[in-house]
Amino acid sequence: MAKTKSTPKTNTSGEELRAFYRQMLLIRRFEEKAGQLYGMGLIGGFCHLYIGQEAVVVGLEAVAREGDKRITSYRDHGHMLACGMDPKGVMAELTGRAGGYSKGKGGSMHMFSREKDFYGGHGIVGAQVPIGTGLAFADKYRGNDNVTFTYFGDGAANQGQVYESFNMAELWQLPVIYVIENNQYAMGTAVTRASSTPELYTRGEAFNIPGEQVDGMDVLAVRDAGRRAAEFVRAGKGPYILEMKTYRYRGHSMSDPAKYRTREEVQKVRAERDAIDHVRDLLLQGKHADEAALKEIDKEIKAVVNEAAEFARESPEPDLSELWSDIYAEAAGGAE
Amino acid sequence: MMATEILMPALSPTMEEGKLAKWLVKEGDKVAAGDILAEIETDKAVMEFEAVEDGVIGKLLVPEGAEGVAVSTPIALLLEEGESVDAASAPAPAPASTAPAPAPQESSAASAAPAAPEAPDDPQIPPGTEMRQTTVREALRDAMAEEMRRDEGVFLMGEEVAQYQGAYKVSQGLLDEFGARRVIDTPITEMGFAGLGVGAAFAGLRPVVEFMTFNFAMQAIDHIINSAAKTLYMSGGQMPCPIVFRGANGAAARVAAQHSQDYAAWYAHVPGLWVAQPYSAADAKGLLKSAIRSDNPVVFLENELMYGEAFEVPALDDYTIPFGKARIWREGTDVTLVSFGIGMKWALQAADALAGQGISAEVIDLRTLRPMDTATVIKSVQKTNRCVTVEEGWPVASIGNHISAVLMAEAFDWLDAPVLNVTGKDVPMPYAANLERHALVTAQEVVEAARAVAYR
Ligand SMILES: Cc1ncc(C[n+]2csc(CCOP(=O)(O)OP(=O)(O)O)c2C)c(N)n1
Ligand SMILES: [Mg+2]
Repeated sequence: MAKTKSTPKTNTSGEELRAFYRQMLLIRRFEEKAGQLYGMGLIGGFCHLYIGQEAVVVGLEAVAREGDKRITSYRDHGHMLACGMDPKGVMAELTGRAGGYSKGKGGSMHMFSREKDFYGGHGIVGAQVPIGTGLAFADKYRGNDNVTFTYFGDGAANQGQVYESFNMAELWQLPVIYVIENNQYAMGTAVTRASSTPELYTRGEAFNIPGEQVDGMDVLAVRDAGRRAAEFVRAGKGPYILEMKTYRYRGHSMSDPAKYRTREEVQKVRAERDAIDHVRDLLLQGKHADEAALKEIDKEIKAVVNEAAEFARESPEPDLSELWSDIYAEAAGGAE
Repeated sequence: MMATEILMPALSPTMEEGKLAKWLVKEGDKVAAGDILAEIETDKAVMEFEAVEDGVIGKLLVPEGAEGVAVSTPIALLLEEGESVDAASAPAPAPASTAPAPAPQESSAASAAPAAPEAPDDPQIPPGTEMRQTTVREALRDAMAEEMRRDEGVFLMGEEVAQYQGAYKVSQGLLDEFGARRVIDTPITEMGFAGLGVGAAFAGLRPVVEFMTFNFAMQAIDHIINSAAKTLYMSGGQMPCPIVFRGANGAAARVAAQHSQDYAAWYAHVPGLWVAQPYSAADAKGLLKSAIRSDNPVVFLENELMYGEAFEVPALDDYTIPFGKARIWREGTDVTLVSFGIGMKWALQAADALAGQGISAEVIDLRTLRPMDTATVIKSVQKTNRCVTVEEGWPVASIGNHISAVLMAEAFDWLDAPVLNVTGKDVPMPYAANLERHALVTAQEVVEAARAVAYR
């Protein structure tokens, strides 16, 4: 199967564009708020913001079906919001409160939702890749046509376990879509300084896994590529690789002084390739919405985010008994 | 809407105060969300601080250059366009913001940590040697730099060690001095570069492999144990592996279960490895130099929370500390406290508190866990007849368990009470602030254990 670079050619509707706009804006405003709460000392530890990469997860969720699974790294807030997890529960986890998705025990990097088929939130670079492959194994085992979206970064793409996973996934034709979010840096290391072959969509070649490079700042291009991948994978043809060319605007985590790139480089992407501005332009040009309507959406999103922040501040700290709970499962279960 | 106070931000997990290094805006400037307002120096780096909202800078409340500005101190007022400073400050003349300049000094004086406990005399330091206040971070860097100058075969490899100057700034300046041949940024491939380091060591080089933190060394533990620790034995003595695996170990602050673990007991378990976990800067330096010179594979466990702590380090050209020699930090007669690494902080604090309660504690820093200087511990217990061990790791199969067993076997007749082990709680590290506090060891727990064994 050939590796390809996709060319965006799409059709869409006002309704879809408005939904994309809303979802991407929710992620961005949520992350900005998280950054503020971190600055105020309400969020601690590591906090990795998704600002700039919103189109990737929003475009792919548009092709997900009931029962599809997703798993990612520590840069996970966007993925959770996009698959429909409650912003209140996510923000309260960031502040380490009882109302958080992990009751305050996991924090920014470790959140899960069985209900939304979100399998985390993993702090060890690359570890989610074989785990995502295992989620797909379970779908194949059960004989359904669900797929697993396994997200990882350009830096993670150099971990050995990624290639062990690729081999098994192709060998056993597992229904997994590997989404490489190539935001061009792994902490302070540019892709070209860490990867002998920086065209990451070709990384499945040796295993015969098809790969596509996609403009990850264009939500429609992402959606289309996702559709092709999902169709292929659901048809039982094995795994598929999508390399999303994207960009993170903020530092790696809150404590990254980001001296490895220039301010101008960031500003240029923001000005020329911003995913939200792009959809905004499509909405206005296509007369799917006017400025007033967009303002209205902005206001709604701001309210949702403020409400989440409010909840996250008011929610109590976990009860001390939580220190000792959830270490072991209560019942000894078997396979369903 | 009225003026918003811009507060001194927390810009790292461990930051409590910072320096307002530079204002990049002045009063009256219009700013948009995302514009850089100031450069702020944290405990690790100089960071740019961005506006989160649009507005006009009404007033700068903290002058450029102010040091020790506590997190959450108001540093500027942001106005809506058209609003005036007077109007803005009228409704809420926050008392905290009226005297911003003296406030930071006050807070830094108040929070100035009690000076690091003075280290006991070291016979290896000739009398009259100049002592320099040095942070653990600098001491580690100096040790590597000295050994790299001394031996062309020594090189440093790891994630972000070169251009970024180290994720925790431990390798600051090394790339400049030694160049990219000897200070090498790796991809994120721990198992790969740990194994590669082992190969280079077999071939006669002396790699120092940095793990950004030891949590990530779990990706590479097979090479540390199966390849590095066992090969000398398996080769009938032909194939030594002179390598150092170093990096931050243990809990940092609020980084949750996957990033907060103490591996002391794990590595101490393994024959063929040497394991160090220093507490003071002088020990960090002297032990790291010895580690690099050793023909054995060494696991060198540092601690992020200790990197910024300053201690006296002798200004000697070549200050090394042997493995397998504990250091007695404080002499005492009633109970022996044994610890290592950051655990020494709680042990020493506890000893202070115990002194106030009339209990005289002897405090021993093991410094290295393999080889371990149990002789010094036994000798101390023969005097005090009581022992409490202190460590951050989990209780099961801990270093404390081992010391208890050694004392039972070799000092049974001298013990007047069971040996107690103070450890981290037997749970994965939680993220929530209140739970994390309870998961970690406290000096108070050490005090209670010491009183229990002293029957007081
Ligand atoms: C095994 C492992 N090694 C190192 C780290 C420290 N670390 C956290 S994120 C990161 C960079 C990862 O970059 P990338 O995969 O590109 O993802 P991004 O942060 O850009 O989303 C590193 C080195 C880690 N968490 N786990
Ligand atoms: Mg990246």
